[in-house]
Amino acid sequence: MSIRRLKFIFHFVVFALLMLPFYATASDVSIHGFAQGNYSFGTRTTPDGGGFKWAEERFQFKLDVPKDSFRLFIKTDALYDHIDEKGDLELREGYIDYTAQKWDLRAGRQIITWGVGDLIFINDVFPKDYEAFFSGRPLEYMKKGIDGVKVGAYPEFASFEFIAIPVFEPNNYTDSRRFYMFDPMPNVTNREEKDPATNLENTELALRAYRDIAGFDASIYYYRGFYRKPYMIPDDLNNTTKITFHYPKLSVYGASLQGRALDGVLSFEAGYYDSRQDRKGTDYTVPNSQTKFLVGYQRQLWEDFTIGLQYFTEYMNDYAEYKKAQPGGLPKDRKTGQLATVRLTQLLMHQTMKLSLFSFYSTSEGDYLINPEIKYNFSDNIWAALGANIFGGGERWSQFGQLDKNDNVYLQLRYEF
Amino acid sequence: MIRYLMVLVIMLLPIEALAISAEDVMKKSQAAFHYQGKDFKARVVMKLISKSGSERTRELTMLRKNFGEAGGDQKFFMYFFQPADVKDMTFMVYKYPAKDDDRWLFVPAINMVRRIAAQDKTSSFVGSDFTYEDVSGRDIQDDTHAMVKEEKLGGKDCYVVKSTPKAGDVDYSYKLSWIDKGNFLPLKEEYYDKKGELGRVFSADEIKNVKGFSTITKRVMKNIHSGHRTEVTYTKTDYNIGIEDSLFSERFLKQPPKKWIE
Repeated sequence: MSIRRLKFIFHFVVFALLMLPFYATASDVSIHGFAQGNYSFGTRTTPDGGGFKWAEERFQFKLDVPKDSFRLFIKTDALYDHIDEKGDLELREGYIDYTAQKWDLRAGRQIITWGVGDLIFINDVFPKDYEAFFSGRPLEYMKKGIDGVKVGAYPEFASFEFIAIPVFEPNNYTDSRRFYMFDPMPNVTNREEKDPATNLENTELALRAYRDIAGFDASIYYYRGFYRKPYMIPDDLNNTTKITFHYPKLSVYGASLQGRALDGVLSFEAGYYDSRQDRKGTDYTVPNSQTKFLVGYQRQLWEDFTIGLQYFTEYMNDYAEYKKAQPGGLPKDRKTGQLATVRLTQLLMHQTMKLSLFSFYSTSEGDYLINPEIKYNFSDNIWAALGANIFGGGERWSQFGQLDKNDNVYLQLRYEF
Repeated sequence: MIRYLMVLVIMLLPIEALAISAEDVMKKSQAAFHYQGKDFKARVVMKLISKSGSERTRELTMLRKNFGEAGGDQKFFMYFFQPADVKDMTFMVYKYPAKDDDRWLFVPAINMVRRIAAQDKTSSFVGSDFTYEDVSGRDIQDDTHAMVKEEKLGGKDCYVVKSTPKAGDVDYSYKLSWIDKGNFLPLKEEYYDKKGELGRVFSADEIKNVKGFSTITKRVMKNIHSGHRTEVTYTKTDYNIGIEDSLFSERFLKQPPKKWIE
């Protein structure tokens, strides 16, 4: 976690404490949370010689204090990580809400989810934790909070969300000590990460407008900020001694539609990724601008059994330039990338048992991820999930292909109160 | 004046015409069971009880608003208190009489609103012995209705109506309903499976008068084959409380207003 994020947490906690006398009068304070064990065992030894990809116990505490038009919400985790043998505190969310008749405001750390994709993100430009997903953690941990302000406005003709994020937060990817991954320059150990500076100009802005159109939920999106995936800049291509990772400037323009059709739910989403630092596509250290499409369909086939299908495609807008600029030793992406997903869900025993299968398959790369899971609610408070992540196919640098040696079996066990 | 004329005309009609048709009984029953008031609110506790006696609890606030006449469009808003793993989830349904419903679910852990695809005719509501359709009502024109007999049930005069689905879209072949002649609420329903055997039994175990509306405040659905049953209790029941149209929106799914859900 960056120093800036830590500072933010500190400021938020101090602020929340200062507010306490004000909140102490609120009558309906609610406290909930859970205790959880989460373990993921690799089918082969991890790069640093261990057996586990994830092994932790975690306690979550949720405090919800409504008072008139205000609300204070804090969701914080205390955990012990058995792999690194250390404890940690993590503020998952912490914000204050203000609600008026026609608008509202949320300030603080908050999770924002946009778009209609199921684990495929076009207009959801907010930070994610892919390591959590690939290690078999509960799905909610795939989303990371942003530190910022969201204003909602609700005039008659449409609804709006304006978001300002002053502090940049990158995605989290798999840890090289726990996961085998493709590295084009494994011998260069001098590496540095350069986050965008926190200043007014770099404040990320995101806007969503949405309303009903002929029975479909329609949204348009705009984002101005940065790629959350790091891109590498070698100091010298012919004799690299140092790699700097940076987060290039990005704008996204997009739209989505979701509604009832063909006896199920049909979804469409599209987005244009404007790579502002390299609009010509000639700089190999900055990604090419891209156009992305998603279509999804979900339907219940029989009682408590649902199938979800998605097809996603993205293509590079200046592929000729990309091909010319990409240095010889680095793998080249295809002009068009395609990804299909399937999700099968069967509920059993009065919906206390859930069997599910989720799979990604890239029709352009040939690589895949298969995630079967069984979840059972032993009681109204205790549940357990047992699942697996199986990776393979494709190239040794493709998204899932590079994770080939990282198959794992995971267990999640939670007591919720 | 017109009203008096109508009464006069009715009095002049032969007695036979006064006999109410099975379809009219079911229409009145639908109005009394699922459409009373302009809007409605209840705190619902569902106990899912297995044959061996083990229990699971589902607790939610249900809000309903009518748009148009009985048998017309309705919107539902539900907020879950229990079990713990669905606490703070909200669920919204736009119900249309002649076509499939629209449903949205809000998942608080990732702050996401999603449409869900579920067929209301056969899907269990939150794992209970009730289907979605049992909770929000089945369209009158989906069945043919026949008057079987009239008899007393628990001291109440009832019509007994046999409703047979026109399409094979449900998992029963027909349903018998005991409809109270006084308030038109169903006191008992028997669902017969495709083999003609009794599959599920509904009973209304407590009826209270709330703001002048007779309301079933305790009900049970029992699955005869599995022995599993679901007991439902309504508390904090109220009608005509002025629920705004705007409640049924993504905004309030994400931030359910305290004044409505408590």
